Amino acid sequence: MEARVKALETILVDKGLVDPAALDAIIDTYETKIGPRNGARVVAKAWADPAYAARLKADATAAIAELGFTGRQGEHMVAVFNDAETHHLVVCTLCSCYPWSVLGLPPVWYKSAPYRSRAVLDPRGVLAEFGLVLDPAVQVRIWDSTAEIRYLVIPQRPAGTEGWSEEALADLVTRDAMIGTGVALVPDSLRAGVALP
Amino acid sequence: MNGAQDLGGQMGFGPVAPERDEPLFHAAWEKRALALTLAAGAMGHWSIDESRHARESLHPVDYLSSSYYEIWTKALEALLLRHGFVAREELASGQASVAPTMPRRVLAAAMVPAALARGGPTQRDKAGAPRFAVGDRVRTILIHPQGHTRLPRYARGKSGVIELRHGAHVFPDSNAHGGGESPDWLYTVRFEARELWGREADPHSAVSIDAWESYLVAEPT
Repeated sequence: MEARVKALETILVDKGLVDPAALDAIIDTYETKIGPRNGARVVAKAWADPAYAARLKADATAAIAELGFTGRQGEHMVAVFNDAETHHLVVCTLCSCYPWSVLGLPPVWYKSAPYRSRAVLDPRGVLAEFGLVLDPAVQVRIWDSTAEIRYLVIPQRPAGTEGWSEEALADLVTRDAMIGTGVALVPDSLRAGVALP
Repeated sequence: MNGAQDLGGQMGFGPVAPERDEPLFHAAWEKRALALTLAAGAMGHWSIDESRHARESLHPVDYLSSSYYEIWTKALEALLLRHGFVAREELASGQASVAPTMPRRVLAAAMVPAALARGGPTQRDKAGAPRFAVGDRVRTILIHPQGHTRLPRYARGKSGVIELRHGAHVFPDSNAHGGGESPDWLYTVRFEARELWGREADPHSAVSIDAWESYLVAEPT
Protein backbone atom coordinates (compact mmCIF):
# COMPACT_ATOMS: atom_id res chain seq x y z
CA MET A 1 0.00 0.00 0.00
CA GLU A 2 2.93 2.33 0.65
CA ALA A 3 3.77 2.45 -3.08
CA ARG A 4 0.14 2.56 -4.18
CA VAL A 5 -0.72 5.55 -2.01
CA LYS A 6 2.53 7.30 -2.93
CA ALA A 7 1.70 6.84 -6.63
CA LEU A 8 -1.81 8.18 -6.13
CA GLU A 9 -0.47 11.25 -4.33
CA THR A 10 2.10 11.84 -7.09
CA ILE A 11 -0.55 11.68 -9.79
CA LEU A 12 -3.00 13.97 -7.98
CA VAL A 13 -0.33 16.54 -7.09
CA ASP A 14 1.15 16.53 -10.60
CA LYS A 15 -2.31 17.10 -12.05
CA GLY A 16 -2.93 20.02 -9.70
CA LEU A 17 -5.88 18.31 -8.01
CA VAL A 18 -4.50 18.32 -4.48
CA ASP A 19 -2.12 20.66 -2.68
CA PRO A 20 0.54 18.67 -0.81
CA ALA A 21 0.66 21.36 1.88
CA ALA A 22 -3.07 20.85 2.42
CA LEU A 23 -2.43 17.13 2.99
CA ASP A 24 0.16 18.03 5.64
CA ALA A 25 -2.28 20.45 7.26
CA ILE A 26 -5.02 17.79 7.43
CA ILE A 27 -2.65 15.28 9.02
CA ASP A 28 -1.37 17.87 11.49
CA THR A 29 -4.93 18.70 12.53
CA TYR A 30 -5.71 15.13 13.53
CA GLU A 31 -2.27 14.44 15.00
CA THR A 32 -2.02 17.52 17.17
CA LYS A 33 -5.29 19.46 17.42
CA ILE A 34 -8.30 17.13 17.46
CA GLY A 35 -8.44 14.13 19.77
CA PRO A 36 -10.15 12.64 22.81
CA ARG A 37 -8.92 15.44 25.09
CA ASN A 38 -11.59 17.56 23.38
CA GLY A 39 -14.31 15.16 24.46
CA ALA A 40 -12.84 14.85 27.95
CA ARG A 41 -13.19 18.62 28.37
CA VAL A 42 -16.86 18.38 27.39
CA VAL A 43 -17.48 15.58 29.89
CA ALA A 44 -15.59 17.31 32.70
CA LYS A 45 -17.54 20.52 32.15
CA ALA A 46 -20.80 18.58 32.16
CA TRP A 47 -19.83 16.99 35.47
CA ALA A 48 -18.76 20.25 37.06
CA ASP A 49 -21.45 22.57 35.70
CA PRO A 50 -25.09 21.42 35.87
CA ALA A 51 -26.23 24.27 33.61
CA TYR A 52 -23.75 23.12 30.95
CA ALA A 53 -24.92 19.51 31.36
CA ALA A 54 -28.48 20.68 30.74
CA ARG A 55 -27.43 22.53 27.58
CA LEU A 56 -25.48 19.46 26.44
CA LYS A 57 -28.56 17.31 26.91
CA ALA A 58 -30.79 19.77 25.06
CA ASP A 59 -28.50 20.63 22.12
CA ALA A 60 -25.16 18.85 22.16
CA THR A 61 -23.94 20.41 18.90
CA ALA A 62 -24.30 23.93 20.33
CA ALA A 63 -22.98 23.03 23.79
CA ILE A 64 -19.89 21.36 22.33
CA ALA A 65 -19.36 24.32 19.99
CA GLU A 66 -19.17 26.55 23.08
CA LEU A 67 -15.81 24.89 23.75
CA GLY A 68 -14.73 25.45 20.16
CA PHE A 69 -15.22 21.88 18.93
CA THR A 70 -17.10 21.83 15.64
CA GLY A 71 -16.93 20.47 12.15
CA ARG A 72 -16.20 17.34 10.25
CA GLN A 73 -17.82 14.21 11.69
CA GLY A 74 -19.27 16.27 14.53
CA GLU A 75 -21.72 18.42 12.59
CA HIS A 76 -24.78 16.99 14.40
CA MET A 77 -24.05 15.80 17.93
CA VAL A 78 -26.13 14.01 20.56
CA ALA A 79 -24.81 13.39 24.09
CA VAL A 80 -26.10 10.33 25.94
CA PHE A 81 -25.67 10.18 29.70
CA ASN A 82 -24.85 7.02 31.61
CA ASP A 83 -26.51 6.56 34.98
CA ALA A 84 -27.10 3.80 37.50
CA GLU A 85 -29.77 2.20 35.30
CA THR A 86 -28.41 2.64 31.77
CA HIS A 87 -25.05 2.15 30.06
CA HIS A 88 -24.68 3.59 26.54
CA LEU A 89 -22.50 2.11 23.81
CA VAL A 90 -21.80 3.64 20.38
CA VAL A 91 -21.08 1.74 17.16
CA CYS A 92 -21.32 2.16 13.41
CA THR A 93 -22.23 -1.23 11.99
CA LEU A 94 -22.23 0.03 8.37
CA CYS A 95 -18.88 1.85 8.24
CA SER A 96 -16.85 3.79 10.79
CA CYS A 97 -18.93 6.82 11.79
CA TYR A 98 -17.36 8.36 14.88
CA PRO A 99 -17.46 11.82 16.48
CA TRP A 100 -14.14 13.13 15.15
CA SER A 101 -14.62 16.66 16.50
CA VAL A 102 -14.55 15.43 20.09
CA LEU A 103 -12.70 12.08 19.91
CA GLY A 104 -10.39 12.45 16.90
CA LEU A 105 -9.86 9.55 14.53
CA PRO A 106 -11.32 6.19 15.58
CA PRO A 107 -9.10 3.35 16.81
CA VAL A 108 -8.69 0.29 14.58
CA TRP A 109 -10.90 -1.90 16.77
CA TYR A 110 -13.83 0.51 16.40
CA LYS A 111 -13.67 0.09 12.60
CA SER A 112 -13.09 -3.67 12.77
CA ALA A 113 -15.49 -6.47 11.89
CA PRO A 114 -15.44 -8.04 15.38
CA TYR A 115 -16.68 -4.83 17.04
CA ARG A 116 -19.12 -3.76 14.32
CA SER A 117 -20.71 -7.21 14.05
CA ARG A 118 -21.13 -7.92 17.76
CA ALA A 119 -21.74 -4.57 19.47
CA VAL A 120 -25.41 -4.79 18.50
CA LEU A 121 -25.89 -8.54 18.98
CA ASP A 122 -23.74 -9.29 22.02
CA PRO A 123 -22.93 -5.98 23.69
CA ARG A 124 -22.20 -7.49 27.10
CA GLY A 125 -19.77 -9.95 25.51
CA VAL A 126 -18.01 -7.09 23.76
CA LEU A 127 -17.85 -5.04 26.96
CA ALA A 128 -16.37 -8.02 28.80
CA GLU A 129 -13.55 -8.05 26.23
CA PHE A 130 -12.77 -4.51 27.39
CA GLY A 131 -12.82 -5.71 31.00
CA LEU A 132 -16.17 -4.10 31.71
CA VAL A 133 -18.76 -6.38 33.32
CA LEU A 134 -22.08 -4.68 34.03
CA ASP A 135 -24.75 -5.75 36.47
CA PRO A 136 -27.27 -7.79 34.43
CA ALA A 137 -30.02 -5.42 35.58
CA VAL A 138 -28.28 -2.42 34.00
CA GLN A 139 -29.82 -1.65 30.63
CA VAL A 140 -27.31 -1.69 27.76
CA ARG A 141 -28.35 0.90 25.19
CA ILE A 142 -26.55 0.68 21.84
CA TRP A 143 -26.53 3.59 19.38
CA ASP A 144 -25.83 2.49 15.80
CA SER A 145 -24.66 5.60 13.93
CA THR A 146 -26.46 5.03 10.63
CA ALA A 147 -26.89 8.72 9.68
CA GLU A 148 -24.81 11.88 10.24
CA ILE A 149 -25.75 12.14 13.92
CA ARG A 150 -22.69 11.48 16.07
CA TYR A 151 -23.00 10.23 19.64
CA LEU A 152 -20.86 11.11 22.65
CA VAL A 153 -21.29 9.02 25.81
CA ILE A 154 -21.12 11.03 29.05
CA PRO A 155 -19.82 8.52 31.59
CA GLN A 156 -20.87 8.59 35.23
CA ARG A 157 -18.78 10.84 37.41
CA PRO A 158 -16.65 8.82 39.84
CA ALA A 159 -17.74 9.15 43.45
CA GLY A 160 -15.45 11.12 45.69
CA THR A 161 -14.50 13.74 43.10
CA GLU A 162 -16.69 16.50 44.50
CA GLY A 163 -15.06 19.87 44.22
CA TRP A 164 -12.43 18.77 41.68
CA SER A 165 -11.46 21.22 38.97
CA GLU A 166 -12.53 20.59 35.38
CA GLU A 167 -8.88 20.01 34.49
CA ALA A 168 -8.51 17.30 37.13
CA LEU A 169 -11.83 15.71 36.17
CA ALA A 170 -10.87 15.62 32.48
CA ASP A 171 -7.90 13.40 33.35
CA LEU A 172 -10.37 10.73 34.48
CA VAL A 173 -12.21 10.65 31.14
CA THR A 174 -10.84 8.08 28.71
CA ARG A 175 -11.65 7.78 25.04
CA ASP A 176 -13.26 4.38 25.66
CA ALA A 177 -15.49 5.86 28.39
CA MET A 178 -16.86 8.27 25.77
CA ILE A 179 -17.56 5.40 23.32
CA GLY A 180 -19.07 3.28 26.08
CA THR A 181 -16.52 0.47 26.04
CA GLY A 182 -15.14 1.78 29.32
CA VAL A 183 -16.03 3.88 32.33
CA ALA A 184 -14.32 6.90 33.82
CA LEU A 185 -11.12 6.23 35.74
CA VAL A 186 -11.24 6.01 39.49
CA PRO A 187 -8.16 7.73 40.89
CA ASP A 188 -5.86 5.45 42.87
CA SER A 189 -6.27 7.67 45.89
CA LEU A 190 -10.02 7.03 45.83
CA ARG A 191 -9.73 3.36 44.96
CA ALA A 192 -7.53 2.80 47.99
CA GLY A 193 -9.97 4.67 50.18
CA VAL A 194 -7.38 7.30 51.04
CA ALA A 195 -8.73 10.72 51.86
CA LEU A 196 -7.78 13.39 49.37
CA PRO A 197 -5.55 16.22 50.50
CA MET B 1 -26.85 -2.96 -0.74
CA ASN B 2 -26.33 -6.18 1.17
CA GLY B 3 -22.56 -5.82 1.02
CA ALA B 4 -19.80 -6.91 3.33
CA GLN B 5 -20.02 -3.56 5.09
CA ASP B 6 -23.38 -4.44 6.68
CA LEU B 7 -21.82 -6.23 9.63
CA GLY B 8 -24.37 -5.91 12.43
CA GLY B 9 -25.23 -9.36 13.79
CA GLN B 10 -22.73 -11.31 11.68
CA MET B 11 -20.64 -13.92 13.45
CA GLY B 12 -17.24 -15.56 13.29
CA PHE B 13 -14.90 -12.57 13.37
CA GLY B 14 -13.57 -13.44 16.81
CA PRO B 15 -13.09 -11.21 19.83
CA VAL B 16 -12.54 -7.47 19.71
CA ALA B 17 -8.82 -6.86 20.09
CA PRO B 18 -8.17 -3.39 21.51
CA GLU B 19 -4.53 -2.47 21.09
CA ARG B 20 -2.66 -1.15 24.10
CA ASP B 21 -1.28 2.37 23.50
CA GLU B 22 -2.57 2.29 19.94
CA PRO B 23 -0.80 4.76 17.64
CA LEU B 24 -2.98 7.16 15.65
CA PHE B 25 -1.57 5.68 12.43
CA HIS B 26 0.11 2.32 11.89
CA ALA B 27 2.16 3.37 8.83
CA ALA B 28 3.11 6.61 7.14
CA TRP B 29 0.96 5.80 4.10
CA GLU B 30 -2.18 5.73 6.27
CA LYS B 31 -1.76 9.43 7.00
CA ARG B 32 -1.47 10.21 3.31
CA ALA B 33 -4.49 8.00 2.50
CA LEU B 34 -6.60 9.87 5.04
CA ALA B 35 -5.48 13.28 3.79
CA LEU B 36 -5.85 12.37 0.11
CA THR B 37 -9.39 11.13 0.74
CA LEU B 38 -10.37 14.37 2.48
CA ALA B 39 -8.59 16.65 -0.02
CA ALA B 40 -10.02 14.84 -3.04
CA GLY B 41 -13.49 14.91 -1.48
CA ALA B 42 -13.09 18.68 -1.07
CA MET B 43 -12.92 19.02 -4.88
CA GLY B 44 -16.70 18.79 -4.57
CA HIS B 45 -17.49 16.15 -7.18
CA TRP B 46 -18.88 13.42 -4.94
CA SER B 47 -20.72 13.27 -1.64
CA ILE B 48 -19.87 11.35 1.51
CA ASP B 49 -22.74 9.04 0.53
CA GLU B 50 -21.14 8.25 -2.81
CA SER B 51 -17.82 7.67 -0.99
CA ARG B 52 -19.43 5.22 1.40
CA HIS B 53 -21.07 3.42 -1.49
CA ALA B 54 -17.73 3.15 -3.28
CA ARG B 55 -16.26 1.50 -0.16
CA GLU B 56 -19.09 -0.95 0.31
CA SER B 57 -19.00 -1.80 -3.41
CA LEU B 58 -15.63 -3.50 -2.99
CA HIS B 59 -15.86 -7.25 -3.44
CA PRO B 60 -16.77 -8.73 -0.04
CA VAL B 61 -13.54 -10.72 0.10
CA ASP B 62 -11.56 -7.56 -0.64
CA TYR B 63 -13.56 -5.50 1.88
CA LEU B 64 -13.15 -7.98 4.72
CA SER B 65 -9.45 -8.60 4.11
CA SER B 66 -8.52 -4.91 3.80
CA SER B 67 -7.63 -2.52 6.60
CA TYR B 68 -9.81 0.55 6.87
CA TYR B 69 -7.33 2.88 5.14
CA GLU B 70 -6.87 0.26 2.41
CA ILE B 71 -10.65 0.33 1.88
CA TRP B 72 -10.53 4.13 1.71
CA THR B 73 -7.69 4.10 -0.80
CA LYS B 74 -9.34 1.56 -3.10
CA ALA B 75 -12.61 3.49 -2.99
CA LEU B 76 -10.81 6.78 -3.65
CA GLU B 77 -9.22 5.30 -6.77
CA ALA B 78 -12.66 4.14 -7.93
CA LEU B 79 -14.16 7.61 -7.37
CA LEU B 80 -11.31 9.37 -9.18
CA LEU B 81 -11.69 6.99 -12.14
CA ARG B 82 -15.49 7.35 -12.23
CA HIS B 83 -15.31 11.13 -12.25
CA GLY B 84 -12.53 11.28 -14.82
CA PHE B 85 -9.79 12.74 -12.62
CA VAL B 86 -7.38 9.85 -13.17
CA ALA B 87 -7.04 7.22 -15.87
CA ARG B 88 -6.39 3.52 -15.40
CA GLU B 89 -3.01 3.78 -17.12
CA GLU B 90 -2.01 6.45 -14.64
CA LEU B 91 -2.84 4.24 -11.67
CA ALA B 92 -0.92 1.41 -13.36
CA SER B 93 2.17 3.49 -14.11
CA GLY B 94 2.09 5.73 -11.05
CA GLN B 95 2.63 8.74 -13.33
CA ALA B 96 0.32 11.50 -14.49
CA SER B 97 0.03 11.08 -18.27
CA VAL B 98 -3.46 12.28 -19.18
CA ALA B 99 -4.38 15.95 -19.37
CA PRO B 100 -6.08 16.92 -16.10
CA THR B 101 -9.77 17.65 -15.76
CA MET B 102 -10.02 20.71 -13.57
CA PRO B 103 -12.12 20.27 -10.43
CA ARG B 104 -14.59 22.75 -9.00
CA ARG B 105 -12.21 23.47 -6.15
CA VAL B 106 -8.73 22.60 -4.98
CA LEU B 107 -8.34 22.61 -1.19
CA ALA B 108 -5.49 25.00 -0.37
CA ALA B 109 -3.52 24.51 2.82
CA ALA B 110 -4.75 27.84 4.16
CA MET B 111 -8.35 26.66 3.77
CA VAL B 112 -7.90 23.42 5.72
CA PRO B 113 -8.67 24.68 9.26
CA ALA B 114 -11.87 26.41 8.16
CA ALA B 115 -12.95 23.49 5.96
CA LEU B 116 -12.50 20.95 8.76
CA ALA B 117 -14.13 23.25 11.33
CA ARG B 118 -17.14 23.64 9.05
CA GLY B 119 -17.46 19.98 8.01
CA GLY B 120 -20.42 18.96 5.93
CA PRO B 121 -23.69 19.53 7.78
CA THR B 122 -26.50 17.42 6.33
CA GLN B 123 -29.52 19.08 7.93
CA ARG B 124 -31.73 20.86 5.39
CA ASP B 125 -34.87 22.96 5.40
CA LYS B 126 -37.96 21.04 4.43
CA ALA B 127 -41.53 22.22 4.09
CA GLY B 128 -44.22 20.54 6.12
CA ALA B 129 -43.86 18.57 9.32
CA PRO B 130 -42.47 15.16 10.21
CA ARG B 131 -45.08 12.43 10.24
CA PHE B 132 -44.02 10.79 13.49
CA ALA B 133 -43.67 12.08 17.03
CA VAL B 134 -41.42 10.90 19.84
CA GLY B 135 -43.03 7.83 21.39
CA ASP B 136 -44.80 6.71 18.21
CA ARG B 137 -44.50 3.03 17.34
CA VAL B 138 -43.18 2.42 13.84
CA ARG B 139 -41.98 -0.47 11.72
CA THR B 140 -39.02 -0.36 9.39
CA ILE B 141 -39.62 -1.39 5.82
CA LEU B 142 -38.22 -4.61 4.42
CA ILE B 143 -36.00 -3.76 1.48
CA HIS B 144 -32.99 -5.23 -0.30
CA PRO B 145 -31.91 -2.39 -2.60
CA GLN B 146 -29.13 -2.90 -5.13
CA GLY B 147 -27.86 0.58 -4.33
CA HIS B 148 -26.79 2.44 -1.21
CA THR B 149 -28.92 2.39 1.91
CA ARG B 150 -28.34 3.19 5.57
CA LEU B 151 -30.99 0.78 6.79
CA PRO B 152 -28.97 -2.18 8.08
CA ARG B 153 -30.25 -5.70 7.44
CA TYR B 154 -30.66 -6.54 11.12
CA ALA B 155 -33.13 -3.66 11.55
CA ARG B 156 -35.34 -4.22 8.50
CA GLY B 157 -38.99 -5.15 9.06
CA LYS B 158 -38.67 -4.52 12.81
CA SER B 159 -40.97 -2.75 15.25
CA GLY B 160 -39.55 0.11 17.29
CA VAL B 161 -40.33 3.42 18.94
CA ILE B 162 -39.36 6.94 17.86
CA GLU B 163 -36.89 8.21 20.45
CA LEU B 164 -35.49 11.40 18.88
CA ARG B 165 -36.32 13.67 15.95
CA HIS B 166 -33.48 15.38 14.10
CA GLY B 167 -35.19 17.54 11.48
CA ALA B 168 -34.71 16.85 7.77
CA HIS B 169 -31.38 15.50 6.49
CA VAL B 170 -29.86 14.62 3.12
CA PHE B 171 -31.16 11.20 2.07
CA PRO B 172 -28.16 8.95 1.32
CA ASP B 173 -30.10 6.36 -0.71
CA SER B 174 -30.71 9.10 -3.30
CA ASN B 175 -27.63 11.25 -2.87
CA ALA B 176 -25.14 8.38 -3.24
CA HIS B 177 -26.32 7.84 -6.80
CA GLY B 178 -26.52 11.40 -8.05
CA GLY B 179 -30.25 11.54 -7.37
CA GLY B 180 -30.02 14.76 -5.40
CA GLU B 181 -30.12 15.43 -1.69
CA SER B 182 -33.87 14.75 -1.39
CA PRO B 183 -33.98 15.78 2.29
CA ASP B 184 -36.17 13.56 4.43
CA TRP B 185 -37.15 13.64 8.10
CA LEU B 186 -34.66 11.80 10.27
CA TYR B 187 -35.40 9.97 13.53
CA THR B 188 -33.65 7.82 16.10
CA VAL B 189 -35.68 4.60 16.38
CA ARG B 190 -35.20 2.32 19.35
CA PHE B 191 -35.73 -1.44 19.18
CA GLU B 192 -35.72 -3.88 22.06
CA ALA B 193 -32.98 -6.50 21.63
CA ARG B 194 -35.66 -9.23 21.65
CA GLU B 195 -37.40 -7.64 18.66
CA LEU B 196 -34.15 -7.72 16.69
CA TRP B 197 -32.61 -10.99 17.84
CA GLY B 198 -35.41 -13.15 19.22
CA ARG B 199 -36.71 -14.28 22.57
CA GLU B 200 -33.34 -15.52 23.81
CA ALA B 201 -31.91 -12.00 23.63
CA ASP B 202 -31.05 -9.91 26.66
CA PRO B 203 -34.24 -8.34 28.08
CA HIS B 204 -32.18 -5.41 29.36
CA SER B 205 -30.73 -4.34 26.04
CA ALA B 206 -32.00 -2.04 23.30
CA VAL B 207 -30.47 -0.84 20.03
CA SER B 208 -31.27 2.27 18.04
CA ILE B 209 -30.60 3.25 14.46
CA ASP B 210 -31.04 6.62 12.81
CA ALA B 211 -33.73 6.18 10.18
CA TRP B 212 -35.18 8.47 7.54
CA GLU B 213 -38.96 8.71 7.35
CA SER B 214 -39.12 6.77 4.09
CA TYR B 215 -37.66 3.77 5.97
CA LEU B 216 -40.63 3.81 8.37
CA VAL B 217 -44.32 2.98 8.40
CA ALA B 218 -46.79 3.56 11.22
CA GLU B 219 -47.32 0.54 13.44
CA PRO B 220 -50.73 0.06 15.04
CA THR B 221 -50.41 0.20 18.82
